[in-house]
Amino acid sequence: MYYITQLITSFIASAGFGIIFNAPKRTLFQCGLGGMMGWIIYLVLDPHYGTVISTVAATFIVGVVSQVSARIYRMPVIIFSVAGIIPLVPGGLAYDAMRRFVENDYNPAIQLAAQAFLISGSIAIGLVVSEVLNQLLLMGRSSRSK
Amino acid sequence: MLSKETLPPLSPIDICMLAGKIMLQSGAETYRVEDTMIRIAQAVGLSSSHSYVTPTGIIFQAGGPEAAKLIRIAERTTDLEKVASVNSISRKLVSGEIGAEEASDLLRQIDSSSHAYPVGLQIAAASIASGCFAIMFGGQARDFIPALVSGGLGYTAVLFFHRLIKVKFFAEFTTSLLIGLVSYLFIYLHIGLELDKIIIGSVMPLVPGLLITNAVRDLMAGHLVSGLSRGAEAMLTAFAIGAGVAAVFTFL
Repeated sequence: MYYITQLITSFIASAGFGIIFNAPKRTLFQCGLGGMMGWIIYLVLDPHYGTVISTVAATFIVGVVSQVSARIYRMPVIIFSVAGIIPLVPGGLAYDAMRRFVENDYNPAIQLAAQAFLISGSIAIGLVVSEVLNQLLLMGRSSRSK
Repeated sequence: MLSKETLPPLSPIDICMLAGKIMLQSGAETYRVEDTMIRIAQAVGLSSSHSYVTPTGIIFQAGGPEAAKLIRIAERTTDLEKVASVNSISRKLVSGEIGAEEASDLLRQIDSSSHAYPVGLQIAAASIASGCFAIMFGGQARDFIPALVSGGLGYTAVLFFHRLIKVKFFAEFTTSLLIGLVSYLFIYLHIGLELDKIIIGSVMPLVPGLLITNAVRDLMAGHLVSGLSRGAEAMLTAFAIGAGVAAVFTFL
């Protein structure tokens, strides 16, 4: 039941972000799908492997879904990936860190801020890895067809 | 205003500049803007062109003895539809499906077109997304409605404040202050349960997710200046949101 709720809410949230970012109408479903798959992978991996690894894995999946949809719809990858990574952005952590700073609770604040920074980095790594993989695949395909 | 038919077609350089301007204003990555401009330039017959794009301006040189041209970009929003349509125009231009004249007409149309979804729908999407985020980040089912209301209110406020005063920091700070107050009110009235989850859910529509990803992608692609300046913009937004919410906590 928990996972079903999470699946539905993450799909709606990501598709909603597609609307806010003015994504073309026929891509909204893919935006939601990417966000949903990334979020569920994050949720499953997070208790076992830690936040950073699971964020990398989740953004990698978001990246792959976005690359595939970008190929199908012949549109820039960014249209699909932006809405997909939104659930993984460490907004909650950044907020927590900021709140601790205000309460003069500096040690946990720095810890949380460092964690938020690391997670932003891992989002980038996941996206870049999926893009590099895609380009390698493309290169392999074009050299084989020559 | 002149109607579309009476406008003369743009010169090849202006086609590149207009395409770059639309893409940059709509939130495309810097390297994609440069790439698209050079592709279009080749398609319209400018072979050795150079473009230098930063988040606040574009410098384009068509090669040869031509003078370089400059466009200043003041307003940047997120409009993926425009990014997609400029991208498809550049594809068609490169493959020879459309000519330069047709492309300049299409680009002008895109430039003057507005957001595809009405403001009401955007606000509705933002509020529903906020509610969903409150649940996703571990809130109770009872937190859905408070996050929905304060998230929708917050998104409306940021649109309104941004139109009122053209300082992004001020708009974001005031909005998150408002979100903090409204969320606290819900807790005070015993409608919501977890203040943190409600606030996090409702500020999500303001979180600079696109900026952060674009910053890192630009850095990785070697556009160091653009990457750093976008990163600074993202940090500023995050700070504005955090400070606004934090201000509420200091007064309580």
